[in-house]
Amino acid sequence: MDKMPKWADVILTPLISLILAMGISALVILAIGESPWTALTTMVDGALGSSYGWGFTLYYATNFIFTGLAVMVAYHAALFNIGGEGQAAMGGLGVALVLLYLPLPHWALALPVAMLGAAAFGAAWAFIPAWLQAKRGSHIVITTIMFNFIAAAVLSYVLVNLLRPVGSMDPASARFPAETALPRLSELAAWVGIAWGRNTPVNITFLVAVLACVLVWVLIWRTRLGYEIRALGKSERGAVYAGINPVRITIVAMLISGGLAGMMAINNVMGESGRLVLNAVEGAGFIGIAVALMGRNHPFGIFLAALLFGFLYQGGGELALWTSIPRELIVVIQALVILFTGALDNMVRMPLERLFLALRRSGGQAR
Amino acid sequence: MSLKTSLLAGVALTAFGAGAALADPALIYDLGGKFDKSFNEAAYMGAQRWVEETGGTYRELEMQSEAQREQALRRLAESGSNPIVMAGFAFGDVLGQVAPDYPDTKFAIIDMVVDQPNVQSIVFTEEQGSYLAGVMAGMASESGTVGFIGGMDIPLIHKFHCGFAQGFKSIQPEGNVLMNFTGTTPAAWNDPVRGGELARAQISQGADVIYAAAGGTGIGVLQAAADEGILSIGVDSNQNALHPGQVLTSMVKRVDNAVFEAFTAGTDLEPGIRVMDLAAGGVDVAIDENNAELVTDEMQAAVEEARAAIASGEVTVHDYMTDNTCPAS
Repeated sequence: MDKMPKWADVILTPLISLILAMGISALVILAIGESPWTALTTMVDGALGSSYGWGFTLYYATNFIFTGLAVMVAYHAALFNIGGEGQAAMGGLGVALVLLYLPLPHWALALPVAMLGAAAFGAAWAFIPAWLQAKRGSHIVITTIMFNFIAAAVLSYVLVNLLRPVGSMDPASARFPAETALPRLSELAAWVGIAWGRNTPVNITFLVAVLACVLVWVLIWRTRLGYEIRALGKSERGAVYAGINPVRITIVAMLISGGLAGMMAINNVMGESGRLVLNAVEGAGFIGIAVALMGRNHPFGIFLAALLFGFLYQGGGELALWTSIPRELIVVIQALVILFTGALDNMVRMPLERLFLALRRSGGQAR
Repeated sequence: MSLKTSLLAGVALTAFGAGAALADPALIYDLGGKFDKSFNEAAYMGAQRWVEETGGTYRELEMQSEAQREQALRRLAESGSNPIVMAGFAFGDVLGQVAPDYPDTKFAIIDMVVDQPNVQSIVFTEEQGSYLAGVMAGMASESGTVGFIGGMDIPLIHKFHCGFAQGFKSIQPEGNVLMNFTGTTPAAWNDPVRGGELARAQISQGADVIYAAAGGTGIGVLQAAADEGILSIGVDSNQNALHPGQVLTSMVKRVDNAVFEAFTAGTDLEPGIRVMDLAAGGVDVAIDENNAELVTDEMQAAVEEARAAIASGEVTVHDYMTDNTCPAS
């Protein structure tokens, strides 16, 4: 087979991409007269050097796991769902409505109900593009990204006109009832006697995200539905020949995808802020695309890629706080990583593949 | 935790050697950015003045989205900044949650009242400054119609409008005050294009003086007014120099003084409510070489008369936020 070993594809390619991105970022930082080494140590210390940093890194990673899984499920059906941003925003609305209007006496009860609310709203937001794609052939990339804007507009209308408490000037919902607040991992750690991550937002949703990784793996590779999704993704005509209904699978895959993106809201809306604010998604929907691409559309890869982007987010925040690198350049650094690991993937993989094949051929001749 | 804290502090100190020492003050800007030529920039100027006078250092942070407020606040408090000053009412709810967790840290919030034992709430009497601006607009307007363009549609900005309308009508009781808002979300503070469109719409309705209370959006309003050859009134910072000879005045809100004084007080910052009114120099209308030829002697006299009347209590400027109504409009 003309293929390089799997470990090189899965580990070496992203690693080299990452090193290239870091190299160019270092040049950018040098060009504005700052020290790349200080920037790197600031990021590493700030994101991984303390339990405080880890708490934030894992919090961001939780967001990215959900949106990454969302992109992945759709991708296996050959659907490019770039509407994670809007689906997660609507998921937040679902969480807020459930928590504000249903009497939920304890978080253990509130969590599953809020998950349902989040998934239902996210899935509902993905349904219309899915239906348009399946029935009308409207391209999903166009419709999902347009739905991001509609979601943002709907959300600001709802927050300003319906959910804003009387007398408040801030376009945000009221606080959710205190008894529905999710336990933070720091509280769990304190419960077993470890002081870890005080005042960090990472909460029990992180464990839900890990569970979601496992479940999505089971779904895609171990169930009949997953097989149908993958078959449709490989070849629609083949799938039809095998008796798979493409309309049904397209819609189901997008509903799962939207539901996963929506579930992100239990982390940021329910777990972190405890109320619904504008722009709560903070770009995690788009980061999910990079996470899924970098993670090779496999849940384990997505978990690792989400950790990396969690590190970039938290480390970038620390850079803004401790150095005089302007915030725009921090976005540039994050964008370079996305560019190299997501978009320019083949730039690294193809030479690497050629190198491996050449090595193998010469090795073969020697034997 | 104590070991980890000291480790973290050690790392911080060694890695950023020349960086800030631990009890430095910190300033958080709201959406719209540090250099919005208005509200945030006024806060920045105050901090810079403190640096020039004391040689101290401070930490600053610009908000990029609504969702970051709590993290920003906690991070600064964790890293030992004290006091922490935040520019903008939108921090109010978050500060109410965060302040009790850091009883040894002092906070100051501008434009909002947060009732916590370690918080100083700084509020301005914008209606008084706007009243003076309204008096000047009343003297300057020939058409009898003036405009008001607000940023985000919130009671705080209605307060500017109401004072402005009351001042204008004290000169031209039959005059007309147009009112428009840029939007209903914080993005409205940073939308100069829409500000310019609203200004043109008001000009087509006959407005010949337009008052912008809209943060960064006001740049577009002032630009459109200058392009169309009418007068404008700036806000928060002194914006007279943006279009010399075409900005009638600026309703300056001394956010810079508020930041400067909070930084100077340091950890001795007095909790409670601090009212920066006309008498205390918290608000005023700016008169400098850029608008000297626009301000006639009669106008100057009218402003001084109004100022004295407010100080003596002869004129009470209505505060919109007390009852959410405006008798003047």
